[in-house]
Amino acid sequence: MKPSAKKTFVLTLVLMLLFAGSVLALAKINSLRGSQATLQDVLYMPSGKLIKRMSLGYSGLLADIYWTRAVQYFGSKHIAQSMHYDLLYPLLDITTDLDPQLIAAYDYGSIFLSEQPPQGAGQPDKAVALVEKGIRENPAYWRLYFTLGFIQYQNRHDYHAAQEAFEKGSEIPGALPWMKVMAARMAERGKDIGTATALWGAVYQMASDKEIKHTAQLHLASIQADIAIDELERRVQTYQQRTGSFPSAWADLERAGLLRGIPLDPGGVPYQLQPGGRVEVLNAKKYPYLGEWRQNQH
Amino acid sequence: MIPRLSAITSNTFREAVRDRVLYNLIIFVLILLASAPLFSQISIDIERLMLVNLGLSAISIFGVIIAIFIGIGLVSKEIDKKTLYTILSRPVRRWEFIVGKYLGLVLTLLTNAVFMTIGFYAALYLYTRPLSAADARLLIGIYFIVLEFLIITAVTLLFSSFSSPIFSALFSFALFVIGTFSEDLRNFAAYSHGVGKWGAYAASWIVPNFASLNVISQVAHKQPVAGAMVLFNTAYALLYSATVILIAVLIFERRNLK
Amino acid sequence: MYAIEIQNLSKSYQVGFWKKGLRPALKNLSLCVERGETFGFLGPNGAGKTTTLKLLMGITFPSSGTAKILGRHFQDPEIKKKIGFLPEQPYFYDYLSAPELLDYYGRLSGVSAEERQRKIPATLESVGLNDAGNTQLRKFSKGMLQRVGIAQAIIHDREILFLDEPMSGLDPLGRHEVRELIQKLKDAGKTIFFSTHILSDAEALCDRVAVIHKGQLRGIGVMNELRSAAGTNSEIIWQGANALSAVVRDVTEPHVTGELVRATVAREQQDRVLEKLRQQGAVLISVTPLHGTLEEYFLAKTSQAEAVQP
Repeated sequence: MKPSAKKTFVLTLVLMLLFAGSVLALAKINSLRGSQATLQDVLYMPSGKLIKRMSLGYSGLLADIYWTRAVQYFGSKHIAQSMHYDLLYPLLDITTDLDPQLIAAYDYGSIFLSEQPPQGAGQPDKAVALVEKGIRENPAYWRLYFTLGFIQYQNRHDYHAAQEAFEKGSEIPGALPWMKVMAARMAERGKDIGTATALWGAVYQMASDKEIKHTAQLHLASIQADIAIDELERRVQTYQQRTGSFPSAWADLERAGLLRGIPLDPGGVPYQLQPGGRVEVLNAKKYPYLGEWRQNQH
Repeated sequence: MIPRLSAITSNTFREAVRDRVLYNLIIFVLILLASAPLFSQISIDIERLMLVNLGLSAISIFGVIIAIFIGIGLVSKEIDKKTLYTILSRPVRRWEFIVGKYLGLVLTLLTNAVFMTIGFYAALYLYTRPLSAADARLLIGIYFIVLEFLIITAVTLLFSSFSSPIFSALFSFALFVIGTFSEDLRNFAAYSHGVGKWGAYAASWIVPNFASLNVISQVAHKQPVAGAMVLFNTAYALLYSATVILIAVLIFERRNLK
Repeated sequence: MYAIEIQNLSKSYQVGFWKKGLRPALKNLSLCVERGETFGFLGPNGAGKTTTLKLLMGITFPSSGTAKILGRHFQDPEIKKKIGFLPEQPYFYDYLSAPELLDYYGRLSGVSAEERQRKIPATLESVGLNDAGNTQLRKFSKGMLQRVGIAQAIIHDREILFLDEPMSGLDPLGRHEVRELIQKLKDAGKTIFFSTHILSDAEALCDRVAVIHKGQLRGIGVMNELRSAAGTNSEIIWQGANALSAVVRDVTEPHVTGELVRATVAREQQDRVLEKLRQQGAVLISVTPLHGTLEEYFLAKTSQAEAVQP
């Protein structure tokens, strides 16, 4: 019997209700599982190589899926300001086992790994291991040497290893001549604010990933702020020595001829003059790397 | 209604049995028994883990394959062979036909799963005696597999009600694979923009979400499954299957048959 | 109340790649079948007979028009308890045996368990399948399948039986048996609506027939009337070959054997011809009215490209 239009209408309504119900149930399930749940499978896989064999030739696709999971894992934890990123390395390891040529996984993955929590996993040694794996699998890709050198310098503070990395990278055909420059700087100066600025500037330019660019920007801003704060605090000291008391506002310094205008941080917000001669930024959250380059530490 | 429904259900079941579908059980048992000694080369704990993983995965995969192979012909075969003519000339409603077929196939899969479970526990006992209370919790894993069956059967039935067996098989299998990665689909959606984002989001709600129904790893590692998860997954499976079957009924009731 | 009442039933199929064209399979069919009647639905292959049956059974849906069976709307599922259907070249679940099949169909038609137990052996016996035992249907010959088909159509007390080419593909013995079965059902007072293109079967069994061609009803009427309506001739045999020339324009097919002449004459001309022959001095041997055949009626109705309703 061909059903009447009314019956069809009613049934379609019921249909939508049922479907809506299923969506609600699913939403509840997802909230219960949390983003961790899919990743539980990761822990239970003996190794990436096993997954690769099981993936029946579709390892590339699987690698992309794992990479996406890694990004999502990192992203959601980062937003929550987590201090533990335990699954990041296993995910990246499996991803690169499945697709050894997935450069992004080595490149960005190692940076996420090496940065201190909550910006990253705080595992620079694992990061180095990952990049070195990437270099093994992709010997012609010189930018990985840059990443390696960067991590050695920034997170492991091993300037010799950093220099070596930049050197090796500079010898690969197609490498930017600037790699040699970085190698030289490593050799000469090691931990030097100019080097750091140049390094983060290079990272910012070379990276196409938003997160990395953002991290580089934050580093650069913090370095700038650190330099400025040092300078400002020096002038505050001078003022104190001259007048016997600390200034209460920037205007005081201006009148003393020590300053021109209100000093602004890289974000355009005035620096805060605190009692006791300390200078701070208004919004410390915007400068997570503040203090790395301070000469006069508190 | 009930006598007609039960007649169609039991006949569908009978057809599957006479099609010698249940012989797959033999292969299943053989695989289990043959592979267990291989695992015993490794330490005992891992042996149990691998046996459980293999056993439950096999129950799941065999069931899905049977669901697809029988499901694609559930309706289309009756249309092609015109056995439907004599059915429709009787006081059977078209929706009763669809639901009866669905229940018959689910019954077949359930029976298959029951026998496989028995065989599985037998293998488990044989190689990792004694059985502990934790092993009873493996039944939850099987329960979730049955929920999977409910969904995949509904999906293949839907395709069978309007397309040819080959396309039904293709689409059903495709949906199964996509459904397994439904969580990743949601992740893709979270990181994309514009049309792609909404498309991926919509798809992640529409495809059957097999991701959350796969608790095999969890129970293999003796981890408990939360009661809330059981409840909501049951609700999801029932609601989703009902939706799909209703679509199948709506389509089938309107079809002019050759 | 009629057993079957069809009102302006039409069906057109969408054809072509984009489903834009319309191919009419049935155009405005209207007819009535009395209760207890055996009604023949005749037409060449592709005329629309099976389409009509599929529409009545609810296998396809009409483009327009309606029908009533035993006074109720033809798509009412309850009315299906009172009808039986044998499709053309039926195919049944080949993994079932005959009793299992009948049991299944019986359940679907609402026959109670004990009734089924009683009726299944009886029905199998009445179609001559009582020794089929538990053989699966896939091993049945065509004739046996046809009988199973009839069995499932009568497993429970139907008032109306719809048979689509019930004799197709049967050997003469099989056809004879099926004919007998139908006759038995007819004697039991069932209404039988059966479609066929084999005219001799219709002639033997039907009370009334309809002729359908290219989707349109071309003729309908009581069997005997149709036959005599088609046949309006007489055959005359006389002695006296020389008389032939006088009547040669009024007769057809003259055969001369020696002095004997045999010729056919239209009934209206009969008296005039006889008079002329007497005047010629011929000796009349015999005058025999010829009955027309259903075939002639059928051919007449299906020969025209366009047709008008009688």
